[in-house]
Amino acid sequence: MGIPPPDSSTKPSRVLDTVTIRFCGDSGDGMQLSGGEFSRASAFAGNDLRTFPDFPAEIRAPAGTLAGVSGFQIQFSSQPVYTPGDRPDVLVAMNPAALRSNLADLRPGGTLIVNTGAFVAGNLAKAGYLANPIEDGSLDAFVVHGVDISKLTEAALHGSGLSTKEIARSKNMFALGLMLWLYQRPTEPILRHLQQRFAKKPEILAANEKVLLAGHAFGETAELFAGTYVVPPARIAPGRYRNVSGNQALAMGLIAAAKLSGLKGFLGSYPITPASDILHELSRHKNFGFTTFQAEDEIAAVSSAIGAAFGGNLGITTSSGPGIALKQEAINLAVMAELPLLVIDVQRGGPSTGLPTKTEQADLLQVLFGRNGESPLPVIAPATPSECFNAALEAVRIAVRYMTPVILLSDGSLANGQEPWKIPEIADLKPIDAPKRTKAEGFLPYERDNTTLARSWVAPGTPGLEHRIGGLEKDFLTGSVSYDPENHEKMVRVRAEKVRRVAQDYAPLEVEGPPDGRLLVVGWGSTYGAIRAAAAQLRSRGLPVSHVHLRNLNPLPMDLGGILQRFEKVVVPELNLGQLSIILRARYLVDAVGINAVKGKPLQVGDLAARIEEALS
Amino acid sequence: MSQLTRKDFQTNQEIRWCPGCGDYAILASMQKVLPELGIAREKVVFISGIGCSSRFPYYMNTYGFHTIHGRAPAIATGLKLTRPDLQVWVVTGDGDALSIGGNHLIHVLRRNVDVKILLFNNRIYGLTKGQYSPTSEAGKKAKSTPYGSIDAPFDPIRLALGAGASFVARSIDVEAAHLQGVLHRMASHRGAALVEIFQNCNVFNDGAFVTLTEKASKARSQLHLEHGKPLVFEDGKKGIRLNGLEPEIVPVGDGGVPESELLVWDEKAQPALAFLLAGMGPAFPTPIGIFRAEERAVHHELDEALQRRVTETLGDGDLEKLLGTGDTWTVP
Ligand SMILES: Cc1ncc(C[n+]2csc(CCOP(=O)(O)OP(=O)(O)O)c2C)c(N)n1
Ligand code: SF4
Repeated sequence: MGIPPPDSSTKPSRVLDTVTIRFCGDSGDGMQLSGGEFSRASAFAGNDLRTFPDFPAEIRAPAGTLAGVSGFQIQFSSQPVYTPGDRPDVLVAMNPAALRSNLADLRPGGTLIVNTGAFVAGNLAKAGYLANPIEDGSLDAFVVHGVDISKLTEAALHGSGLSTKEIARSKNMFALGLMLWLYQRPTEPILRHLQQRFAKKPEILAANEKVLLAGHAFGETAELFAGTYVVPPARIAPGRYRNVSGNQALAMGLIAAAKLSGLKGFLGSYPITPASDILHELSRHKNFGFTTFQAEDEIAAVSSAIGAAFGGNLGITTSSGPGIALKQEAINLAVMAELPLLVIDVQRGGPSTGLPTKTEQADLLQVLFGRNGESPLPVIAPATPSECFNAALEAVRIAVRYMTPVILLSDGSLANGQEPWKIPEIADLKPIDAPKRTKAEGFLPYERDNTTLARSWVAPGTPGLEHRIGGLEKDFLTGSVSYDPENHEKMVRVRAEKVRRVAQDYAPLEVEGPPDGRLLVVGWGSTYGAIRAAAAQLRSRGLPVSHVHLRNLNPLPMDLGGILQRFEKVVVPELNLGQLSIILRARYLVDAVGINAVKGKPLQVGDLAARIEEALS
Repeated sequence: MSQLTRKDFQTNQEIRWCPGCGDYAILASMQKVLPELGIAREKVVFISGIGCSSRFPYYMNTYGFHTIHGRAPAIATGLKLTRPDLQVWVVTGDGDALSIGGNHLIHVLRRNVDVKILLFNNRIYGLTKGQYSPTSEAGKKAKSTPYGSIDAPFDPIRLALGAGASFVARSIDVEAAHLQGVLHRMASHRGAALVEIFQNCNVFNDGAFVTLTEKASKARSQLHLEHGKPLVFEDGKKGIRLNGLEPEIVPVGDGGVPESELLVWDEKAQPALAFLLAGMGPAFPTPIGIFRAEERAVHHELDEALQRRVTETLGDGDLEKLLGTGDTWTVP
């Protein structure tokens, strides 16, 4: 490929530490592809990074409308990166609607690259512009580069034999090529990926390559940009890396869990955004002996997983909030029958259908308390996309060790967001012990292990251990149906105690920042990056801010109470109206103060830092 | 394996059905048939939903799971997909299977999951004490419909046929020999097999099937479907003939039509024929027996074949390779 290596550039370059770029355009413009490929190239350049794809719920809103705008943001850096970045430094806007709905986020003085070719009367009107913003001075606060990407793409593909539509669809490659040049990213990983992706469509491949190179060359030759930027590689622990999204990490974690436990993996699932990709990913890997079953609805999905678990297998179900609501009765059956089951809830904006493609952390109380009766179960929440892998292993470990359903709370931003992941060595993964009882003598179906209070798991097919279980209250030992009042209270308490004992296996909590003092920020789930970055920022200014992040939401870690007591003030940032705050207040009688946002978007570091600082005063 | 007996399948649990309930007879038939199947007790699993009938697993000394209302077919599907070595029976009622669980029922049939479904139809909700059910006749007066229900009933046979069931039958709680014959056939059927069992709820819907079970009326109201045999009833005095798409009752023998004109039952024929018979209406006798028995691809076998095919193409799953899929880079 005829791309000049970056250092042969005739233009000067400046070194930057951290950059945030957002690609935005119509949902048919291929912005997710541009963003994804740019991330790939940045990973290869050795940067740390986090991404945030943001797309509309409508599959194809009318072209050029505000409803159809799709965006992809990436923060990449020579330092560790914890979030996809608050406000982009650079906004690439492919049409007026994209500009209109994203401009408010661009930082003042930021760089704006607009596809002038799309700023025509019809598109301007659809986006609600009375005048062309490129010409009316309304963008004066930014460094604006108008590039007729549409026309340049057409020119690059002149005579290619492609249809007008296909040519128009290649615009994203031009924008990508231009950005690759601007930030001196390597083109090889992208070209390699395009070759795989379009292996069966040589004309499209050729077109994409050509336009990508045209965009790159345009940067080099046009007089628009004074020079390029260099973001040097980050210092990262040695090892082999890849980019991974939360959903990919979960899927791999589930396959690994099946392997490490020697259990047959079974996923029963019903499609729902943003959880579907886990089903998609697992469905591709039937050669792992992992069974995937697309059920007729969520209730059948979880029920089939319970059937698999009853059969002695690793039963898993994946969904999002609305689906979890439907599954609750069946999850309760697994609580009563004391069967291992993994339920993954990839949270999204609610209530009801809510914001299907946007993120929220508002299912915590649903999974803790949304079932009838006293129905405790372990809940765990990964904090970053790559952590989803280990969270899946831990959830399965708990489920089979304690014979209980476990809920794993991911969310939309973890599901789709990417970050580099150090690929674990298989040899370092601990086996998961999933013993089954086969000895018939002295068998009582609800007799319990002394340490874990788990009953034993007996797979049907085992001679001499035939027994019946079900949703009716059980006798403490025999498991026969029992309506005895004393027995019921005993069983309610023993089920609660069993779940409480899960905490005996946790690693100690880590407090970042001072171990005691003025203010502790308690977080859970995907807000980790923003909280960590905000707390570090405040500490760097000499403010006494500590951070503890909860991966285990039920039972809560045994050392949490002590930690909370060592601080004068406790604040709890959450993408809900204060669900963890409620729990902390009730459990520990602390005046946990919520910092709450429910906009369907991740927390922003700047905002969060300001609000924590406010809480300090 | 030592020869099992009926006793081996009984449990020590106190049976909590009302005295006189038809469920007892069905339980007895099942316990009679299981030892005759030559299958190890530990390989048999009963999965039920919720309702009087769904207490069934507690009384069977096999593996059993009394689950939640309507979902037994879905639970059985997950079990069968992961444990094809087990023989899985589903026990359900008309409310359980056709109201709350209607969706799962049609899908387990369409997929041809290898489970044997016993649908106890008493045309009423028993456990919740007497509300009308999806099979109650229009105008049914029950606790929740004191002025008569305004809903049209489902016919479970037609529903099952419409869902693509590969085996559909009907029997009666007290017709032990007939029921046991059907259970045998179900046990050897490969794929989803459903039997609707008319079951008397003597507390809330007593006598719902009385014309079928009373000695006096039985002969003229039961029409036995037997593969390869002409459709006759009333001790062979009457038969069913097809006039275009209309079934009609005709006299047989002396002065009647010759047997050769009668409809000869074929359980492998087009499901449309079974559908037609199931819907003959109140002026006709009620068909009992096997409406349909068809060999078709079985769900878990398709899944196994698919897993094999994918493995042949992609090779055995390699975790190390999976984790390192796509672009990777090494940080020194
Ligand atoms: C989710 C749920 N809804 C309602 C009920 C109450 N309920 C229990 S059994 C039943 C109807 C049972 O009728 P049927 O299936 O005909 O069984 P039968 O008792 O007549 O054998 C109902 C509504 C329940 N247990 N669970
Ligand atoms: S209520 Fe009816 S169906 Fe239920 S046990 Fe009594 S008689 Fe049987």
